[in-house]
Amino acid sequence: MHDKTLTQVAAALASGEVSSRELTAHYLKRIEQTNRQLNSFISVTSEQALQQADQADQARASGDAGLLTGVPLALKDIFCTQGVKTSCGSRMLDNFIAPYDAHVVEKLKAAGCVSLGKTNMDEFAMGSSNENSYYGAVKNPWDVTAVPGGSSGGSAAAVAAGITPAALGTDTGGSIRQPAAFCGITGLKPTYGRVSRYGMIAYASSLDQAGPMARSAEDCAHLLNVMAGQDLRDSTSVARGVPDYTETLNAPLSGLKIGLPKEYFGDGLDPGVEKAVREAVKIYEALGATVKEVSLPHTHFAIPAYYVIAPAEASSNLSRFDGVRFGHRCDDPQDLVDLYKRSRAEGFGDEVKRRILIGTHTLSEGFFDAYYTKAQQVRRLIRQDFLDAFEDVDVLMGPASPTPAFDIGAKKDPVSMYLQDIYTIAVNLAGIPGISVPAGRVGHRPVGLQILGTHFAEAQLLNVAHQFQKATDWHQQRPSFAEEKA
Amino acid sequence: MEWETVIGLEVHVQLATKSKIFSGASTAFGAEPNSQACAVDLGLPGILPVVNEQAVAMAVQFGLAVHADIPEVSVFDRKNYFYPDLPKGYQTSQMYHPIVGPGSIDVTLEDHSTRKIRIHHAHLEEDAGKSLHEDIHGMTGIDLNRAGTPLLEIVSEPDMRSAKEAAAYLKAIHSIVTYLGISDGNMAEGSMRCDVNVSVRPKGQESFGTRAEVKNVNSFRFVERAIAFEVDRQIELIEDGGKVVQETRLYDPERDETRSMRTKEEANDYRYFPCPDLLPVVLDQAYVDHLREQLPELPADKRERFQNGLGLSAYDAHVLSASRAVADYFEEVMDVCGDAKQAANWVQGELSGALNRENLNIEQSPVNARQLGELVVRVIDGTINGKAAKQVFQALWNNQGASADEVIDAKGLKQVTDSGAIEAMIDQVIADSPAQVAQYCDAEPDKRGKMIGYFVGQVMKASRGTANPQQVNTLLKEKLDAKL
Repeated sequence: MHDKTLTQVAAALASGEVSSRELTAHYLKRIEQTNRQLNSFISVTSEQALQQADQADQARASGDAGLLTGVPLALKDIFCTQGVKTSCGSRMLDNFIAPYDAHVVEKLKAAGCVSLGKTNMDEFAMGSSNENSYYGAVKNPWDVTAVPGGSSGGSAAAVAAGITPAALGTDTGGSIRQPAAFCGITGLKPTYGRVSRYGMIAYASSLDQAGPMARSAEDCAHLLNVMAGQDLRDSTSVARGVPDYTETLNAPLSGLKIGLPKEYFGDGLDPGVEKAVREAVKIYEALGATVKEVSLPHTHFAIPAYYVIAPAEASSNLSRFDGVRFGHRCDDPQDLVDLYKRSRAEGFGDEVKRRILIGTHTLSEGFFDAYYTKAQQVRRLIRQDFLDAFEDVDVLMGPASPTPAFDIGAKKDPVSMYLQDIYTIAVNLAGIPGISVPAGRVGHRPVGLQILGTHFAEAQLLNVAHQFQKATDWHQQRPSFAEEKA
Repeated sequence: MEWETVIGLEVHVQLATKSKIFSGASTAFGAEPNSQACAVDLGLPGILPVVNEQAVAMAVQFGLAVHADIPEVSVFDRKNYFYPDLPKGYQTSQMYHPIVGPGSIDVTLEDHSTRKIRIHHAHLEEDAGKSLHEDIHGMTGIDLNRAGTPLLEIVSEPDMRSAKEAAAYLKAIHSIVTYLGISDGNMAEGSMRCDVNVSVRPKGQESFGTRAEVKNVNSFRFVERAIAFEVDRQIELIEDGGKVVQETRLYDPERDETRSMRTKEEANDYRYFPCPDLLPVVLDQAYVDHLREQLPELPADKRERFQNGLGLSAYDAHVLSASRAVADYFEEVMDVCGDAKQAANWVQGELSGALNRENLNIEQSPVNARQLGELVVRVIDGTINGKAAKQVFQALWNNQGASADEVIDAKGLKQVTDSGAIEAMIDQVIADSPAQVAQYCDAEPDKRGKMIGYFVGQVMKASRGTANPQQVNTLLKEKLDAKL
């Protein structure tokens, strides 16, 4: 049953082959069996899930079901869920029960989806390996000695291991696409502003975006149909109609112009990853696409610019975690300053502290222009690079990550970890959408093909990804872990 | 040495929006602590701000009223610092691109001369909550009802040269914001708060002296007192060979002094940067024009019209236009009675005296403008004389009748103009006062005019104040002179 994609699960529910309660109970059981080893969930909301499943079954019995009614899925623990612990992977929020639902959670509930629980993540979405979680590292189901990627590593591992048909992630610098690549699943980062950020705990507000993580592009299309759209509670969500993303999945690709940014195939790219990506591109040629090399000349500035802008915003966004109103508070504070210092020192992990320090420094008087203002100028150039490229080609393709999943504990130096995001981070700075689809493996470890489009080109990305998945079966392959535990 | 004072003011005006600047929570004053703070005001994880359009409109209206530039684009910035009543760890404000650009106000001084005070800019920001230190058993409580209340901070140029000018400027701001209806201007409830920048320099010197910023100056009177104290302190310091340090000081009204809070070295680095959760506010010309069309008549225009259009004195025009409530009251009285000068006299005289005695403001007046207007009508048309009018006013004040006419009828105050009736009363008074009549007749002719007052008084008394005084005068004179 857990081999099914979300689309297949929805069909099974619609045909009456299975009830939501049966499905939900099945997945809950799988979480129970696997979580000790994978550590992909922080909270499992069994009781609530079964209740929602029963409601979904009732709705279906009374002819009131939508496409996703009764479909179980998992939420990255960055989304506020009413009455449920929302930890953001941090000790700081280990005691935080959100009093409200995030916008996307509301939308999924309204569509009848069942929430199995909250998935593990790098603390406050800061990380590329999921090793920065207060709740411990998540294992990659393809190879439990490898990381699943981050920061949406729990979501990616859970989907790959077949313990949820789909999950929500968030992507600030690659946090959906890179773990999707590492775990051999499909993950879409929508255009900035496509999905409301309301109720999503902010890391870097001008970069954060929620998106679907699932087995296939088709699954992602179904989920995006529900998630996308303007929300008046998020001023940065865009007033723009939402197409039915499933409608254009089967548009033919003949004449599609693909650009390969030469900067995405340079030094540091694993040969196995490069080979898989180039072979994927050949399949597109076979489907009628034309391919040319393009240039994104400011690519090498993306990581430095990101590590100014994102920590600057984070240093401010995370100020509210001060031990006063919610979250971790130190024992016996001596005075106000002691309360702040110890609550924050105890509540935050090292990487979060590092980024708060960087951001506090770059925003300081005397440094602001040299860092923040300059980084914003660079950001505009990076965005312009993409816009120029899209004058010439329809989509860009390249690797989602320079290497396959690395070993847990392998990257001790923060900068080498930051370099993981070299192909994903510029996309957030530019605000454009990107998708990672499974396109091969190096040894046991999957490789992700990243496809980028211009602003609001989600329908096109999903179409391009879906056609690839019709021609290949990488997305259908499962780690042996999923079978063993079946 | 002769010294010159240089003053600049930062005035925080609480805007009278229904809801907060970035959330839907109510802004009403005085509710139970934390009963008017929603998820946004509490700074819960995941919440996002949405700009209140009414606050934007109010800020623009203020800008238009002070002839300021209204930039097409303004941007909200975050001012980062930790404080328990600042839930998000930053205040959303406007540092680099404020909503209102440079403007100016003409300020009327006590001698009725005017001075132009330039406004550097005005920006929108959110208020913080309040820390409560009392009755919480040695702990500190946080009330976030005020958190997120919209403020317009109006920053002047250092154009004021005396405490009186500063107070006059503050009054002018107060007058404009209440005229526009964008604030209730209630200083006691903190709807207007003021930080004062003060420095001194030798007269004739062009460069400014080092300034101190005095915080927490929350009344017109305190502004004058705080400046006076600060000027004396600074001059004394310099004359004793010391130096003024740039610092933030706090005004303590109880001890009538300013005290150092923190020096420049101790100042926070607020790490301002554009708030990524809010889009820049873009105002198109049509929107600004629409707000301009809706501007009410402003105090300066009203004063001008009262003086030159209605023929009031400069003093009356100034006093009656200083607050919109007074001006509205006066204009309604005038509309009802049709006589600007009479209306001005009554509002400035009887009404204002009674309000002062009972320490009320005009909105709390027991006599409303229509009632007063109708009373003035009865004076003008001769139904009652001036003396009776005062009685009627008092009766209305004490709620002894709904209208002037009702009181006049009930108390029988209608002026007696029937000369037969008046003559009868005069004859009675003359008959009852043989001694006074004899004195009158014996007196020198030029003294008699004064002596007639006694008889007038007696007749008015007999008529319980209702006899027409002119008629009484004329007839009395005739009858007494007939006795000579």
